[in-house]
Amino acid sequence: MRLEVQGLRLAYLGAGLATIRDLDLVVEAGSLTALLGPSGSGKTTVMKLIAGHLAPDAGEIRLGGRSLLGLPPERRRVAMVFQDPLLFPHLTLAGNVGFGLKLRGLPPAEVAAEVETMLDRVQLAGLGARRPHQLSGGQQQRAALARALVLRPDLLLLDEPLASLDAGLRDEMRSLIRRLQAETGVTTLIVTHDQSEAVVMADRVALLLEGRLAQVAGPAEIIRRPATEAVARFFGGVNFLDGQVTGGTFTCALGSLPLATPGPKGPARVTIRPEALRLGRGELRGRVTGVTFLGTQYRVELSVAGQPLMALVQAFGSEGPAVGADVALDLPAEALWRLPG
Amino acid sequence: MRAETLRLLAGLVVALALVLPLVPLAIWSVAHGWRFPDLLPQAWSGKAWALALSQRGGVLESFGLTLGIALATTALAALVGVPAGRALGLYQFRGKRAVLLLLLAPAILPGIALVLGLHDLFLRLGLVGSAGGVILAHLVPVLPYMTLVMAAVFTGFDTRIEAQARSLGAGPWRTFLTVTLPVILPGLLTGALFAFLVSWSQYLLTLAIGGGRVQTLPLVLYSYAAAGRNDVAGAIALIYLLPGVVILLFTARRITGHSVGLELRP
Repeated sequence: MRLEVQGLRLAYLGAGLATIRDLDLVVEAGSLTALLGPSGSGKTTVMKLIAGHLAPDAGEIRLGGRSLLGLPPERRRVAMVFQDPLLFPHLTLAGNVGFGLKLRGLPPAEVAAEVETMLDRVQLAGLGARRPHQLSGGQQQRAALARALVLRPDLLLLDEPLASLDAGLRDEMRSLIRRLQAETGVTTLIVTHDQSEAVVMADRVALLLEGRLAQVAGPAEIIRRPATEAVARFFGGVNFLDGQVTGGTFTCALGSLPLATPGPKGPARVTIRPEALRLGRGELRGRVTGVTFLGTQYRVELSVAGQPLMALVQAFGSEGPAVGADVALDLPAEALWRLPG
Repeated sequence: MRAETLRLLAGLVVALALVLPLVPLAIWSVAHGWRFPDLLPQAWSGKAWALALSQRGGVLESFGLTLGIALATTALAALVGVPAGRALGLYQFRGKRAVLLLLLAPAILPGIALVLGLHDLFLRLGLVGSAGGVILAHLVPVLPYMTLVMAAVFTGFDTRIEAQARSLGAGPWRTFLTVTLPVILPGLLTGALFAFLVSWSQYLLTLAIGGGRVQTLPLVLYSYAAAGRNDVAGAIALIYLLPGVVILLFTARRITGHSVGLELRP
């Protein structure tokens, strides 16, 4: 079901700072949207507001058209999975997964059947009799996901579901969430601080910066066409050029550069992602001021006509440029993005 | 092998230290006169037990009353101690240290001073001489135990597990009964155990607040001992020990992680 958040506002008492300021957010029915933001940006607060563990000062939250405000958490049909599995320690795995179904008054046989099907889908078949402490961290996290999904909620909220897992398990869990979401079609909002996690998993990425939505867009778009410098910086953008747009070209310290989407005439700020810079060819020349080996890439710091730029180049089979060397470089027109506003 | 022997020896020493003081009580309860310097009584008799277990002796009735008072005190202490312990364990608030100090105050004060003050207060409130008054008075030394145990339990409690239950469809009461209560149960049982035993062993408070009309087991025991009936006093003392021993046997595993019986066997 479609989730609509309008003008949501919450100020923590005493601090004087609006933690959530006039937040508008739409999660389309059946989509997987990531709410992305650095720690302290208010992501978890938004989750708690939607789940009903906090009440907003102002605003509206609607799920499938009905308002959630005023409803206690247990009547919102919003299932939340926390960062930690939080399995009930006194219940078995099956007892945990069947917890919500039992509360709904389903006959035990039906609960058992549903639980079994669900355990199978999260690759925990046959472990129903185990206690939470007899399960591994990854198994516990999958159990927590199963416990929420088995209820077929109108909205599934996942709060940093991968944060407590080891790197290896993270990939596995990521694809499991993606697959289960596609299979069940449950509208899902996932909270994360990890940009790669958001970009890989989500249909839409909503970037939350300082309690405000900075941009909502598809994963490719938010990286290629950031709405603000802050958005660009969040996704690792470091190259910003100031200049003037006239006609189809952008004039700055580096000279005149053609733009694919120049926009109106006037002063402009243009960004280019470090991995879009091409070294070794092109008409521009720059001096290498620093090289760092990152494992699969070199980070190359350049000075081009006094303007600092950074490039990420593949390290595969090459030595990388030497500090102090002069290199040719190219800034492709389609990679130059004029920041709106 | 050596460690095993040592452990067995240590167990025996502890058992002896606990049991030896009780041996004279047991002998007294079946003695027919036992005078110094006899090592053992000259004659044996079941009269003391017959009296203690008869309606006439008033011991059984007193046992029931003591049990009722201790159970009621424990239940009330849990009712107050669980929410109070939750507040103390989970939240930081103004005056928390003062509350903790007040809670510990009954344990610091000399018992007799506490009794005199309470007696005066309860007289004014018309609570002296009733079982209800005695239960209220017992709460004074019992509540700190319960509250502090529960505060410790809640210090390690993750309230997100309650939020999780709520978001899975459980209302506030269901959440308490199906999630919170089972999680805090081991701690609650420990607190209840202390509460029960503290109430069970009250003498001075019961004597003063009960005004002699609430005859709990320790009062009956003392009156027989004061009357020189060491045989009946011995029998009552053994009966008086019963709950403590039973509770110890059933809960030792829960509290220490081992059962008493298995402790001696590696």
